[in-house]
Amino acid sequence: MATTAPASWGRYPSSHPHRLLPCRDARVPALPDEPQFCLPFGNGRSYGDICLNNGGALLLTRGMDRFIAFDPVTGLLRAEAGVLLSEILALIVPQGWFLPVTPGTQFVTLGGAVANDVHGKNHHLAGSFGGHVRAFELLCSDGSRLTCTPERNADWFRATVGGLGLTGLITWVEIQLQRIANPWIVAENRRFARLDEFLTLNAEYEARYPYTVSWIDCAARGGALGRGIYMAGMHAPPGLMKPPPSERRALTVPFAPPVSLVNNLSVRGFNWLYYHLPRPARGLTPFPPFFYPLDNLREWNRLYGRPGFFQYQCVLPPAVAREALREVLARIAASGQGSMLAVLKRFGDQASGGLLSFPRPGFTLALDFPNLGQKTLDLLESLDQVTRQAGGAVYPAKDARMSGDSFRRYFPQWVEFSRFIDPRFSSSFWRRVMKD
Amino acid sequence: MRNILIIGATSAIAEATARRFAAGGARFHLVGRNAERLAAIARDLEIRSGQPVVSESLDLDHLEQHPALLERAEQALGGIDVALIAHGTLPDQNACQQSVEKTLAAIHTNALSVISLATLLANTFERREYGALVVIGSVAGDRGRQSNYVYGAAKGMVSLFLQGLRNRLSGKGIQVITIKPGFVDTPMTAAFEKKGLLWAQPDQIAQGIVAAVERGRDEVYLPWFWRWIMLIILHIPERLFKRLKL
Repeated sequence: MATTAPASWGRYPSSHPHRLLPCRDARVPALPDEPQFCLPFGNGRSYGDICLNNGGALLLTRGMDRFIAFDPVTGLLRAEAGVLLSEILALIVPQGWFLPVTPGTQFVTLGGAVANDVHGKNHHLAGSFGGHVRAFELLCSDGSRLTCTPERNADWFRATVGGLGLTGLITWVEIQLQRIANPWIVAENRRFARLDEFLTLNAEYEARYPYTVSWIDCAARGGALGRGIYMAGMHAPPGLMKPPPSERRALTVPFAPPVSLVNNLSVRGFNWLYYHLPRPARGLTPFPPFFYPLDNLREWNRLYGRPGFFQYQCVLPPAVAREALREVLARIAASGQGSMLAVLKRFGDQASGGLLSFPRPGFTLALDFPNLGQKTLDLLESLDQVTRQAGGAVYPAKDARMSGDSFRRYFPQWVEFSRFIDPRFSSSFWRRVMKD
Repeated sequence: MRNILIIGATSAIAEATARRFAAGGARFHLVGRNAERLAAIARDLEIRSGQPVVSESLDLDHLEQHPALLERAEQALGGIDVALIAHGTLPDQNACQQSVEKTLAAIHTNALSVISLATLLANTFERREYGALVVIGSVAGDRGRQSNYVYGAAKGMVSLFLQGLRNRLSGKGIQVITIKPGFVDTPMTAAFEKKGLLWAQPDQIAQGIVAAVERGRDEVYLPWFWRWIMLIILHIPERLFKRLKL
């Protein structure tokens, strides 16, 4: 039912699926008969090509958007895989529940959150999304349906969590929600002048707050390298709340300009201002701007212009993180590329639930880069050198360019994983990283 | 809390409308053809509204079953406040041209069964002196065109019927609302190439339907711009219109 050919959030690469197959409900008797390779497509919020299937068919899952069960006493929720996290929040928050883990946008589908084993600001406490999934159903192309839980069909569970949609179609998902007293967040902001200061602050704040993340000024160099703002938050305790805020009106970027509005000049200006602007040290904020600062600027990806943009998110193991982070930031600052959106966070030590899950102990850095062609690809490849050497990994959900060699080093369990790929499923991403 | 009867509850527009009503607090009685899909929608609306939902699957072509159906809904809800008639099919125009049987079947489903339900509901509402009857028509019912005049004739009949009903019930506290959507991206229109600004999503139509009930409107084009498009189309002289490829 899509009106246009689906694209990923980075608007790169462009893709030409051979067929679009809308899935309208979770009880479809079998997958549509389709000779080409299939791939589920949710809401198109992954950045690169894991949600694209050039020349193949896309199973559009947004039509599968019904709630199946919700117990307001235990917080167990079951819904079809095409439901958006925003729709779940609209249902559960007024009843005193919240997502156990949430990524930086609420406009992802439940199935997509499982297939990418997404993480959020509370990773150091709660681990990744897959750890809160109690069950899901996997529809395979031979028509069989597997109910998977951490105990039942456990191998399929491990393959499908973080499995990039390749193991079959997830039709419904059951998750355990967390209790909240009200929709407010107690948030704290602290400026830090360099990377070492971040590391000190992080140790201190992680002990006190379930949600932590830092914005990094990736244009700063030399003595200011790694400066930024530390943001921490917790769900407000009972009694501590304000009257409900008026609904914020969403703005929409109307179209993609021919060239990126995000460039060296605008990034330097914005970052300088963002770093220096006074902000309240501590305050009460509604949860949406705290978790989803960009969700009120609809279609913000258009700001990067028609060529689109890359996102680079890596994780660097704790032992070498300090040096490797400095190296990555220095290379970006020297290149004059990079954008306003750079975030740094420590992943906790919890093991992720999926064979191909990205989160692992260490520090994770995520940045956007306007697509300037070869120049940008060269920079990202040079960042990959650092990540590879550090023994880190790059997040497939955000990738559009890593080499097959890099992928297989970052995800050595791909061999075991490939046994679980549905024979009729594939993606542009998967063909790319299996090629060379 | 409103008590809402939805006939054709598995249609994409009806489902989107029900969700919007559910968010404001509502109790539903759902009628549809596909039992399995209906059950999934009923469960979803129960969770969204926090109220039990009754659903029954029925082939609405059986007009003789309509009185009992409405009786059951009236009982289950304890009085219907809003009735939304949303069922219908999009017949294959070419197949209809070759078959009287198919043409009449399309008219039966899209016009006669709607008129049967509307008559019964109107009489119930009239006795009670309240109620809102909302019927999903179509811009296709405003003027006959070669590409879909069977569907258009059925929708046009419903539209005229509702005008008369509205006139009859005016001043009696009863709303009769005709919804005329333009092109909507739904499974019913899956065969069309859906590009361009004229296509709307079911939720946009749903928003307009809820607003029409709140504001007590009579005939509503959705999205709004169809009113002006249809105004132009209605004013093209037939001598010219008959030669257009529409």
